[in-house]
Amino acid sequence: MPLLRIDGLAHAFGPTKALAGASLVIRSGEIVALMGANGAGKSTLVNVLAGTLAADQGTMTLAGRPYDPRSPAEATEAGVVTVHQSTERVGAPGLTVADALLLHAYADGSAPFFLSRSSVRRKAAEMLRNAGFELPLDRDFADLTAADRQLVAIARALSRRASLLILDEPTASISGRESERLYAILRRLRDEGLAILFISHRIADLNALADRAVVMRGGTVVGEFGRPIDFDRAVETMIGRPLRTARPDARSFHRAPVLEMAGIQLVAGSTPFDLALHAGEVVAVTGVLGAGKSRLLQAIFGTRTPAAGTMRLDGRAYRPATPADAIKAGIFMAGEDRHRSSLMPSDWPGSTLAPTISLPHLARWYPLGFLLGAREKHEAQRAIDTLGIKASGPEAPITSLSGGNQQKVILGRWNAEPSRVLLLDEPFQGVDVGARHDIITAIRANTERATLIATSDPEEALEVADRILIIDHHSLTPAPQAEPAARAIEA
Amino acid sequence: MTTLNTESKDPIGERVSAAIRASAVFILLIVMVAGFALAQPAYINVTNLMSILQAVSVVAILGAGVTVTLAVGGFDLSIGAVAASSVMAASYAMIVWGLGVYETVPLVLLFGALVGLVNAFLIVRLRVPDLLATLAMMFLLTGLQLIPTAGRSISAGLILPDGSTATGAYDPAFLLIGRSSFFGIVPAPVVIMVLVAIILFVLTERTRLGRLLFATGGNELATRLAGASVPRLKTLAYVLSGTLASLGGIIVAARVGRGDVSSGASLLMDSVASALIGFAVLGLRRPNVFGTIVGAVFVGLLLNGLTMLNAPYYTQDFVKGAVLVGALALTYGLGRSQAR
Repeated sequence: MPLLRIDGLAHAFGPTKALAGASLVIRSGEIVALMGANGAGKSTLVNVLAGTLAADQGTMTLAGRPYDPRSPAEATEAGVVTVHQSTERVGAPGLTVADALLLHAYADGSAPFFLSRSSVRRKAAEMLRNAGFELPLDRDFADLTAADRQLVAIARALSRRASLLILDEPTASISGRESERLYAILRRLRDEGLAILFISHRIADLNALADRAVVMRGGTVVGEFGRPIDFDRAVETMIGRPLRTARPDARSFHRAPVLEMAGIQLVAGSTPFDLALHAGEVVAVTGVLGAGKSRLLQAIFGTRTPAAGTMRLDGRAYRPATPADAIKAGIFMAGEDRHRSSLMPSDWPGSTLAPTISLPHLARWYPLGFLLGAREKHEAQRAIDTLGIKASGPEAPITSLSGGNQQKVILGRWNAEPSRVLLLDEPFQGVDVGARHDIITAIRANTERATLIATSDPEEALEVADRILIIDHHSLTPAPQAEPAARAIEA
Repeated sequence: MTTLNTESKDPIGERVSAAIRASAVFILLIVMVAGFALAQPAYINVTNLMSILQAVSVVAILGAGVTVTLAVGGFDLSIGAVAASSVMAASYAMIVWGLGVYETVPLVLLFGALVGLVNAFLIVRLRVPDLLATLAMMFLLTGLQLIPTAGRSISAGLILPDGSTATGAYDPAFLLIGRSSFFGIVPAPVVIMVLVAIILFVLTERTRLGRLLFATGGNELATRLAGASVPRLKTLAYVLSGTLASLGGIIVAARVGRGDVSSGASLLMDSVASALIGFAVLGLRRPNVFGTIVGAVFVGLLLNGLTMLNAPYYTQDFVKGAVLVGALALTYGLGRSQAR
């Protein structure tokens, strides 16, 4: 008997059918990957399962009994625990990790009213022992990495006797090495009989974890793939059209470089390296979290001064002290995590599409200082047209757009003016495969500038770049160039 | 990952609710004025309306300054104290130093700007949280204004701490700032308020600089990465706020004609309240200069009407508080419940 059976689940937001009769079966002791482009209905399905949304139609059975949670608490009670993508909310700064682990026990009254440090520590340690991994119990929750916060959430889920664990993009904000650790933990939990349903866009996750991949499109399940999973077919099912996987068209460049870096030490004591970027070239730099991907980009953009080394832009010495210097010199950067680095909060001035695009270009577009004329609207419309942004127009609030379209807007911002070098830090975060394809095409179409992309997903690097560099301990090493070729033959 | 679709189930209901939110304050305003006018016809005559506007002008000017600091994601609690010490500074300059209007006004404005600069230094350079920095500055100024005169109010013939008598007097031209009116109808403070309102409205809503000020408050990192100088923008906001507060102080000084140690006691609360009421005006849910001015006028119209109907003076703060609570509930409560 399957653990969870979902039959004909439907849910509509106004005229939008987010779920249109989705059916799915999950058994104990298996890991199921839930794939789908943005708007395919994954999140809605998860929200219904987690009890945050009520289904309009359809039935769910959990372990033979009807399952219809009316709140997250009811879902947890029944054994369905969801770990959401933003793990900051698992605890709070100022709490120790032990406190964060026991937070739900404090809230539901199962912990005693008066707490002693030792009893809290003992209970937390016991939870971790049951879960089978270690965390620094006395550390402040705020000091934990995203991966460790994820583990706190998982440990809490397990302590509540979860039979189904739902993970929403568990590796979205963690590095390759930390992902490996998480995979191992999840596989062990699966072997102990836990059912795991996870959403991810990362092929590495699917490869390492999934026993089965379920693909959604348009609010229904359109395909299921058992092991060995044919990912190319799964992805094609997901976006509903064929997909080019590798870059058989990797180009090489022999012209004078746009940006030359020589003897760069990102931090004092790291191995010096050189880097040259050519016009029209797309270079990806990949490596684990903390290896220095962002630091490299920040050094070029002027937000962080390297410990040593020189940079030359079009042959002239280039030493930016601020982002303003970099932008003036024609070096643009779209930072990691667009909500934090690029976007305004909703309802705030500048949170619609047009001002989002115009923010760095205001001085150039409005030299007199007054925001007269429709320049930014025209530029926004141009971005909408050229990048295929799905939005109601230049006035559309940025939060009404899907993740992929938001990322297109950010790219549109930096495409709006000519540049020499474009730096993109994790440009495919929370971007579905279809939009990723469009973004890659747009990035590669520009032949005037050099593009340097930092990504922690090697597959993404393969997909986008002419040349891949690996960064480790704040220093660059070129990747074995045979790899893209091999992929191309495979495809 | 798809974010949860936040579109309401009923787009028409959502639009109606937005329209109600946008116009609620104006509808209330009209109902209120009509009610008071019916009860007391003298309420609606031009002289009374002008006296209301004159009464709120200082609060509105200070409120505009608060709005600018709110826009950069800060908060200036020192404005009341800046205004009060500006009253003292103006009086001291004229009565003790014997300066005229043309020296006094720039001097006092400079004083306000300087306080703003110190605030900005504390907040931007030393990274003191804005509320704490400006609260400390408020304390400091409240005490500082008492020192030169050993705690006495300043009027002509003031006996200084060293025993001598001050020889200066208020420049009659200075008094015109507070007491004259244009065409015998529009008081000068009202004209100044309108000018400040127009300039600041255009600055915050229609210029590149305003866009960047709001961007700083919305997402500081994004603003910096877009190439703007966040420290400079924040400094500008606090300097503007300090300068506007001292302008308010000048108007108060010109109206009362003496340096009263207790002047400006309620200015801070009133101006912050009008800035917050401004969030509800047009349903914007954010600081905006137009809303702040409307908020200040709204409170003025209400208080004046109640006074005309013989409501006792001690109910005034309660009424202001009730308006603020209502406005905030309108801003954050309504619409929110519709959207989720």
